[in-house]
Amino acid sequence: MASTRTSAQPKLTKAQEAQALLRHMLTIRVLDERMLKLQRAGRVGFAGSATGLEASIIGSAWALRPQDWLWSGLREGGAAVMRGMPLADYIAQMYCNSNDSAKGRQMCNHFQHKGTNYPSWSSVIGTQIVHGVGAAYAAKLRGVDEVHAIYGGDGSTSSNGFHSGLNFAGVWKVPCYFVIIDNGWAISVCSRNQTAAKSYADKAAAYGLPGFEVDGNDVTAVVAASRKCHALALKHQPSLLVLKSYRMMGHSSSDDPTKYRDEKEVAAWQKRDPINAFEKKLLAAKLIDKKHRAKAEAEIAAMIDAEIHHQEAAPKMALKTLVEDVYAEVPRHLRRQYNSFIAVAERLGHATPGDGAFPL
Amino acid sequence: MATLTLIQAVNDALKTAMRTDPNVLVFGEDVGPKGGVFLATDGLTKEFGEKRCFDTPLSEDGIVGAAIGMATNGLKPIAEIQFQDFIFPAFDQIVSEAAKLRYRSGGQYTCPLVIRTPYGGGIRGGLYHSQSGEAYFCHTPGLKVVIPSTPYDAKGLLLASIDDPDPVLFLEPKALYRSVKGEVPEGRYTVDLSTLRTAREGTGVTVFCYGAMVPVCLRAAEQAAAKGIECHVVDLRTLLPLDEEGVIDAAKRTGRVVVVHEAPRFCGFGGEISAILAENCIEWMEAPIVRVTGFDTPFPNTLEHHYMPDDRRVLDAVEHVWNY
Ligand SMILES: Cc1ncc(C[n+]2csc(CCOP(=O)(O)OP(=O)(O)O)c2C)c(N)n1
Ligand SMILES: [Mg+2]
Repeated sequence: MASTRTSAQPKLTKAQEAQALLRHMLTIRVLDERMLKLQRAGRVGFAGSATGLEASIIGSAWALRPQDWLWSGLREGGAAVMRGMPLADYIAQMYCNSNDSAKGRQMCNHFQHKGTNYPSWSSVIGTQIVHGVGAAYAAKLRGVDEVHAIYGGDGSTSSNGFHSGLNFAGVWKVPCYFVIIDNGWAISVCSRNQTAAKSYADKAAAYGLPGFEVDGNDVTAVVAASRKCHALALKHQPSLLVLKSYRMMGHSSSDDPTKYRDEKEVAAWQKRDPINAFEKKLLAAKLIDKKHRAKAEAEIAAMIDAEIHHQEAAPKMALKTLVEDVYAEVPRHLRRQYNSFIAVAERLGHATPGDGAFPL
Repeated sequence: MATLTLIQAVNDALKTAMRTDPNVLVFGEDVGPKGGVFLATDGLTKEFGEKRCFDTPLSEDGIVGAAIGMATNGLKPIAEIQFQDFIFPAFDQIVSEAAKLRYRSGGQYTCPLVIRTPYGGGIRGGLYHSQSGEAYFCHTPGLKVVIPSTPYDAKGLLLASIDDPDPVLFLEPKALYRSVKGEVPEGRYTVDLSTLRTAREGTGVTVFCYGAMVPVCLRAAEQAAAKGIECHVVDLRTLLPLDEEGVIDAAKRTGRVVVVHEAPRFCGFGGEISAILAENCIEWMEAPIVRVTGFDTPFPNTLEHHYMPDDRRVLDAVEHVWNY
């Protein structure tokens, strides 16, 4: 599943494409369920889910070709998995263990995957928006055929990065597009309190960009809109795509949403669940049968559980990672700091062989 | 007197200030109905209405910039930045504007505002939910920088910060939010800014610390006492403007000094303490001044317990200067 490539398989039949989209959405759903359980069990520190946003995330990334980049805004880890990030990387990141490609330095839910052009994300909302524009400028200048899809949440539209990013993109005419997943909430701040604009898509006009708003729970509509934005980006016309959806869970495992939002609103969106809607559509079109979803879910769950098992057995984190990667080389002052630290750690029995001192 | 956690004391201070002065208002991300991600502002919107405690759009630059405008026009804004790690979009507003307004206007315009923000590690927050950025702000003339370590001080210092005629950055040690409890008087009282607190008396080694490092140093002091070394532990409480005389006096008491902070070492606050002592009382020093700090690296996640100074590292330094 992780190896299924994206959009750019025009050769897929309609049924194959539909089944692949469903499967990728289910992967996010099952991953989120499992991660939340692990968090509750104290195995991972924190979990932020994308439940309800699967069509927005999968549908929008479906338009990307392997060489395109996805600049994540927060919850797009499932798109990275769809584009080829191994489940092992995803789950190791959640465990922040020694198998994690970021060496356990970031908190949970901060994915990266160089192999599928999914750059490392800081937690700082909105900063990546401008990075994506700069990278798109680089692609244009270097004559590389790449599109940069730049993601953010509704909250990110208030950041300095959103303004600078859209403004620069408009002036520079670079191969990128912006995907804003309006899930109704930025933690406890509802979209009504985030902007006075009727739609976040209205903001595009101020930067001279085309702006579109689409039902983010309708994966078919999201795929079509993203393809349009992707095609524009290929012509160096940036655009803003707003996907209207809803964050079904709390902001994260640390958040209690009942304190600030009406359960009736959640219940109304529950009826519009993007996976249920798509499944229904595929059943009606006879592209899947009744057993399809349960079978797919079981297969996905088995893969995830096997990987969880594997990650539980990760070796201890090397202490040297404390001072590595700050610079290309570990500078003298950091070697010294580490060496005096490890001397104490060794004395106290906290170090393992291999943790030893740096040469000075 | 009630026994409160540090976060409850912050909440109590905010309510006390808002009850006594209708011009005091609180705003930031998620401070309204949710009551803040750590619940520092719990119940404020309910009691004071959404004109006086409200959520803003997601822009720290907007939050602090608007607070400056309010402060110039008769209000007493208390802005919350959700994590100190996210204050940097507002750095310009704090450093270029709030801190310099009085000076550049010849005292015609002033900026009496408070920016509250949780700082520091220990919650498995990784690079961007753990930093201790006090040194950036202590390099900013015109700003005051305050860090409590007890519930009593949290309330008293916050009320004093709200009373202060100048901009105050109030850094709250999030690791202590719920892990320390203490007696807190009801109603209004203040703790003077720019005063030190002696957290433990001793004549052997002086340990300077603040915020979340205070309980760490007290634990180390206890272990040192068992080995016959009496530590004099000083909680700095206000980093800027610092009570320099108090620092010098405390250092002279023992002639042996350890400075502890979780922020990186290079150009950290420990360097300032060392320099003040070197300039003013080097002849009193019986041993080199030793710093125990975070590494000069970004803040890690999985290995954060190794990054942050703990009682053993502090004890190690105390023994070193004692035996020197
Ligand atoms: C600059 C900055 N300020 C505050 C935060 C804390 N924070 C993390 S996520 C978030 C809300 C984000 O909302 P949105 O952009 O809508 O994304 P969503 O969580 O809904 O996917 C906030 C305020 C942050 N990470 N960065
Ligand atoms: Mg949102």
